[in-house]
Amino acid sequence: MIKEMVCIVCPMSCRMQVEMDKKKVVSVSHNGCVRGVKYANEEMSNPTRMVTSTVVLKNAALTRLPVMTASPVPKRKVADVMKQINKVKVKAPVKMYDVIIENVARTGVNVVASRSMDAIK
Amino acid sequence: MEDIIIIGGGIIGSLIAYNCSKYHCNVLLLEKENDIANKATMANSAIIHAGYDPDDYSLKAEMNIRGARKYPSLCRELKVDFKQIGSLVLAVNENEVHTLERLHNQAKKRGIKTQLIGRDELLTLEENISDNVIKALYCKQTGIVTPWKIAIAAMETAMSNQCKCELNQEVRDIVAEEDGFTVKTQDHTYRAKIVINCAGIYADKINEMVTHKKDFNILPRKGEYFVLSKNASNFVKHVIYPAPTKKGKGVLVVPTVHGNILLGPSASKQKDREDNSTSESGLAYVREKVEKIVKNVPYQEIIHSFSGLRASCASNDFIIEESSVKNFINVAAIDSPGLASAPAIAEKVVNDYVLTRLNLSKRMFFAHRVKNVVINECSTDEKERYIEHNPKYGRIICRCEQVSEGEIIDCIRRKCGARSIVAVKKRVRPGMGKCQGGFCEPLVVKILAKELGISPSEVDYNEKGSPVLVCESKGVHHEKG
Amino acid sequence: MRKVDCVIVGGGSAGMSCAVAIARFGIKDILMIEREKELGGILNQCIHHGFGLHIYKKECTGPEFAQLLIESVKKYHIDIKLDTTVINITEGKKVTYVNEDEGVVEVQAKAIVMACGCMERSRGMISIPGDRCGNVLTAGTAQRYLNIDGYMCGKRVFILGSGDIGLIMARRMTLEGAKVLGVAEIMPYSNGLSRNIVQCLEDFNIPLYLNTTVTRIIGHPRLERIELSSVDENLRPIKDSEWSVAVDCLLLSIGLLPDTSLLNKLNVERDPQTRSVAVNEAFEMSLSGFFACGNVLQVHDLVDDVYLEAEVCGREVARYLHDGFVDEEMVHVCAGENVAHVVPQRLRKENMQDDCRFSFRVKKPMRDCILRIRSGENILREVKKRVMLPAEMEKLDLEKSMLMGAKDLVFEVKEDV
Repeated sequence: MIKEMVCIVCPMSCRMQVEMDKKKVVSVSHNGCVRGVKYANEEMSNPTRMVTSTVVLKNAALTRLPVMTASPVPKRKVADVMKQINKVKVKAPVKMYDVIIENVARTGVNVVASRSMDAIK
Repeated sequence: MEDIIIIGGGIIGSLIAYNCSKYHCNVLLLEKENDIANKATMANSAIIHAGYDPDDYSLKAEMNIRGARKYPSLCRELKVDFKQIGSLVLAVNENEVHTLERLHNQAKKRGIKTQLIGRDELLTLEENISDNVIKALYCKQTGIVTPWKIAIAAMETAMSNQCKCELNQEVRDIVAEEDGFTVKTQDHTYRAKIVINCAGIYADKINEMVTHKKDFNILPRKGEYFVLSKNASNFVKHVIYPAPTKKGKGVLVVPTVHGNILLGPSASKQKDREDNSTSESGLAYVREKVEKIVKNVPYQEIIHSFSGLRASCASNDFIIEESSVKNFINVAAIDSPGLASAPAIAEKVVNDYVLTRLNLSKRMFFAHRVKNVVINECSTDEKERYIEHNPKYGRIICRCEQVSEGEIIDCIRRKCGARSIVAVKKRVRPGMGKCQGGFCEPLVVKILAKELGISPSEVDYNEKGSPVLVCESKGVHHEKG
Repeated sequence: MRKVDCVIVGGGSAGMSCAVAIARFGIKDILMIEREKELGGILNQCIHHGFGLHIYKKECTGPEFAQLLIESVKKYHIDIKLDTTVINITEGKKVTYVNEDEGVVEVQAKAIVMACGCMERSRGMISIPGDRCGNVLTAGTAQRYLNIDGYMCGKRVFILGSGDIGLIMARRMTLEGAKVLGVAEIMPYSNGLSRNIVQCLEDFNIPLYLNTTVTRIIGHPRLERIELSSVDENLRPIKDSEWSVAVDCLLLSIGLLPDTSLLNKLNVERDPQTRSVAVNEAFEMSLSGFFACGNVLQVHDLVDDVYLEAEVCGREVARYLHDGFVDEEMVHVCAGENVAHVVPQRLRKENMQDDCRFSFRVKKPMRDCILRIRSGENILREVKKRVMLPAEMEKLDLEKSMLMGAKDLVFEVKEDV
């Protein structure tokens, strides 16, 4: 099966043709450079995404704390990651990179604070 | 039982309430919107025409001339702006020059000073006049105001003098009885000796509830406008009119009190009394017509467009009279020059129909309005004093118009206070600037929520039930208090 | 009256990067004025990641980038006023600010840096006809409501404009449980990065409608429906192409405008193409000692570019304060064929350091083209480009030696035939 995909590595936005055999990439064509092949392989075999969101924050000047996955998680797990993020309540003070959720949705990745937040004086 | 119920809180209803509140009487004003001055009073050209234009012997001419003369002192009383910037009516051909001459003579007869000037003199007054303009009628007396601020100030003062005002009350039925009227809204029933119908676009419907006849018919006419940012404030310095035609005053260029410029209105008849949407064709019409009188129009400075419905009527004159039912007074069909005429209309209604029917004594102690602080207009010393007294005047919420938190809180807490984002914007201007509220709206929502003791997702944009926010994120529910 | 070497208006990425550079070059007396309650500017609400690849060698979120930058600022003695608004600036470099604690304060500065960012274009600026409901708001305002205040402004959302903020908000609202029904773009191409098209729209099956715009807003008192139309090659709506969608929120991502309102009263040269002020290679305006950097000068796509621009601006501010600039004739820099604008707009050859970075944008997407910088008929530089997009700011460094003989410069892009 041949799938068309847009390469997002650079502004060229090459419309690549990716030949697939089940879940394996057999060949990549219409790519401008080798980076397209790497991207196609990753995106077809194990697409991953960073997830950024907010969690409820107490005891601070603001009511939400921005958080992020410490590294990309499998794309198919994004919804599960969000479900868990939506349930969390955090109390200030918080430091940037503090772990907010360990091993979120069993991805092996932590959700961490993406900034510090002081407690209300 | 109230002495008087006023239906409709536009500038007419508010000024009648204000005039009544100078006497000892019970006045209740019913408004179907979430704020007073929210319909025609909010969307018009904001000009105090001198009064040379309406036809001889019309009520419009009489009220306009008298109303215009009252504005300077009324605005002083209410502590709102009135700027006498003058106007120019432009002629592009000989026919229009004749119109100007006719107006000039009419003005003379009515004791209004006007001057016919040639193109050269015109160009010393205004730079951006279109090349084909040959003559102008110059009238120094023409003024500009912020109509809704007059209505709000009048209502606020009336309420400080015992007048009551109920918002979001739509009159559904009126029953004439032996000693007065029963007025029913969707929520309540009220009683009064006199009912004054100032319901604007719905005045015919309200009249029909009482007289059970179609005594007159209101024809909504839509006017659409563009607003230019303050960057364009030097574009014109006077109110610029084309020569009037039978159809009306045409598309104007009008400086506002705050330094913006209005272009408009279009004029199209319509049936729907609620539809005050703008349209592609209406706005295109304004662009086309405005080019007839001015050039170099800074369209890139357009920051907003709006439209308003004017309550016109086939007879083309105001209706200010007692209906066939005693003590039910119609103040209807108040289209242009309704704003300029408003103080005279209110005075006439109170003199002819209120004071003659109710034996009222003047209030000994009339509470005048205390002017609100406008930080942007204060000298440095005044700013210092206000901020020292209340630090919130030092926290700027709207960067475009430089409006402070103190001013916003004040306009919510005052009598006849703001209950919505638009109501705050009308009173103290956050969101009127170039960013149109992009930066300050979230801050205004927070202040309104706190002051009104509600959740931000309950803060209305304008009408009741028009919140900008639908819910909290993360499924959290607002904890009150 | 307090006297300072430099006042920086704005404590976002541009202001902070500039402040650090000025301080690093030995200027001690710096006052930075920020209207929000904390530093960081718009970065604080941009909670998505993708910032700082160049500066911090990793992809940060907006708040993370802001915090890293705040930590650098705190290493220097920079006087920072938060929750403070500048209300006036005079040509004599008096800056008036106001806040709750101090009231109104006037400061005499030797140099002023404008680093106060940009604003979003609103519905009013493009005159979308229809009802005036409050559920039509700019994407950035919705972003603030959601990410800072924690409120959703809609459950069924449509987005007009395919700028990056709009695309980012499409994903953000979707992840928070809203249904994003589509994105309409009046141009025949998207205005966002292709990464955002893929990861913000395609990942969630959100359709992108090109050559399409919103022609009517319907709803009273809340938004109920929007009407969309296809547009012709002149971007005019095509009659009878209308279709409508039931929505409770319309977000606008239709462009950004530099916020130069504080300079309105000053007699300073402007550039109608950037809709901001014109500057020379030192990021100095036509008024001596007035500088501008970041989105107030030109709208950037990447915060890294803002950071670098502000850093150079800061270096030049320090130079101005230490030695002053030499008076000399200006070389004019103009946007030629297919180029929308170029910054800086002026060049002083003697004052110029080793090289000068020019930023510019093309007017339309172009493939296999040649970027040419010429001085009269004399071609100074030619660069072949495989692709150039309006959505991506181009940067080009020119060496001082190359420019020494040059008269006025023209930047142009041509199809390579």
